Amino acid sequence: MQPIVVDNIVMKYRVKKSVVDALKGISFTVDKGEIFGMIGPDGAGKTSLFRILTTLLLAESGNASVDGFDVVKDYKEIRNRVGYMPGKFSLYQDLSVQENLEFFATIFNTTIEENYNLIKDIYVQIEPFKTRRAGQLSGGMKQKLALCCALIHKPSVLFLDEPTTGVDAVSRKEFWEMLHGLKEQGITILVSTPYMDEAGLCDRVALIQKGVILSINTPKGIIGEFKKPLWAVQAKEMFRLMNVIKEDPAVESCYPFGQHHHVVFKNTVDGREKLLQIAQIGNFADVVVASIEPNIEDCFMALMKE
Amino acid sequence: MGNEKVITAKELTKRFGDFTAVDKISFDVEKGEIFGFLGANGAGKTTAMRMLCGLSLPTSGTATVAGFDVYKENEQIKNNIGYMSQKFSLYEDLTIRENISFYAGIYGVSDEMIKEKTNSLLKQLSLEGEEKTLVKALPLGWKQKLAFSIAIVHDPAIVFLDEPTGGVDPITRREFWGLIYEASERGITIFVTTHYMDEAEYCNRVTVMVDGRIDALDTPANLIKEFSAKSMDDVFLQLARKAVRKAD
Repeated sequence: MQPIVVDNIVMKYRVKKSVVDALKGISFTVDKGEIFGMIGPDGAGKTSLFRILTTLLLAESGNASVDGFDVVKDYKEIRNRVGYMPGKFSLYQDLSVQENLEFFATIFNTTIEENYNLIKDIYVQIEPFKTRRAGQLSGGMKQKLALCCALIHKPSVLFLDEPTTGVDAVSRKEFWEMLHGLKEQGITILVSTPYMDEAGLCDRVALIQKGVILSINTPKGIIGEFKKPLWAVQAKEMFRLMNVIKEDPAVESCYPFGQHHHVVFKNTVDGREKLLQIAQIGNFADVVVASIEPNIEDCFMALMKE
Repeated sequence: MGNEKVITAKELTKRFGDFTAVDKISFDVEKGEIFGFLGANGAGKTTAMRMLCGLSLPTSGTATVAGFDVYKENEQIKNNIGYMSQKFSLYEDLTIRENISFYAGIYGVSDEMIKEKTNSLLKQLSLEGEEKTLVKALPLGWKQKLAFSIAIVHDPAIVFLDEPTGGVDPITRREFWGLIYEASERGITIFVTTHYMDEAEYCNRVTVMVDGRIDALDTPANLIKEFSAKSMDDVFLQLARKAVRKAD
């Protein structure tokens, strides 16, 4: 039995006369002990999906089950066995760290001691501040406390909605290390993120945009689906270089990536020669061209344009 | 880029009680420069930015922004800068045109100029015919691009951007940077914070704040060389891991 099964889920929101299609019939399954990433920007439908799976929102149509239980009929069972960390910090701001944790343990009929081994590695990092009110914690510490509260009843499936948004690169790395620790303990994790570079830390990912799944695969598999040769080019005057490259009719796309531009051509041309030629005509200095492997963001943008 | 300094900070410091949020930071930013201001959560970026925007008085040190002193001329500073963040940008229940008029109006742009600016701005963003759309009906990416254009509608000397691209899709994020480059070519200085390290590499120069101090300041290429790193991500991790201070 797969811990998460999503079958043709549709979600619409009606605002006065207009209808917003948040999820346009999406389907996927998550295996036990898997870290499954929903990767997509704001407005992709990630939060709607999380709320449907945690029984907080009724889908327009379609079926879904969590741990074998139907999200509509068996909602009480699901609420007992999943952990949910919403994107918006939702703990009690005026309770202390310890009080929040005790509160969540109590409503799930358990104690902090009973499942302490599960949260220990995370909790020790915030324990020095256990008498501090949750509202007074830093972003990184709030996130750790929220994760502890979502874990205190030993859930079988963990739903984490954008846990790393707005968190700096160091805290993000630490958070993902924690998730891999939880995976080792057999917990299935559905996690969403707008950061494309985090896709590589998941076992499998679904790339989602405007309510549609663009692709589902392992991170390597997604990259393997990118069929065209990709070129990186660098020179002085990068902004002008991008505009000049974009004007060339042979170019399909040119996107800046840090210190390089990533370029894809429409047809099979010798990309290196073509780019050097464009740069020469445009009088660019210090031109460097290289053939490169795409990353998840390259793939996402190519799929967005299809 | 000329050598005209738009921001100068010397030993700029802010203490809250016995906590030193910003600890003697010194740097200059030139006209038209895209200046990346990085640091982990709690490193002191927001406090430093608030001082430069004239919203918070320094404890010690000196700074001028657009030629005005942060202690005595903070009202003039506010008139000569633009500001935009992911959290605060536009009024959702005003239309696109109303938002442009409102912001341009409070910055003292004349009615005639507002009309002209509105038209060129709508054209630049390909939003012609959409001026009566409520801002809340726009996708996030459009909102952020519009918010940026509005933040510079009064042609400020500097625009401060606080994590302007959070949550935005990768194509729109790049279009947003296109707008930043255009503004910089028009001579507007860009002061930007971001959590996306590839964006740090789009900046002319980057600082990394650690525990209230500036631990690195150079072009991205030089920093990558100096730290024997592969990318700005590596540079950032090496520096931020040195932090002793926890918390925001």
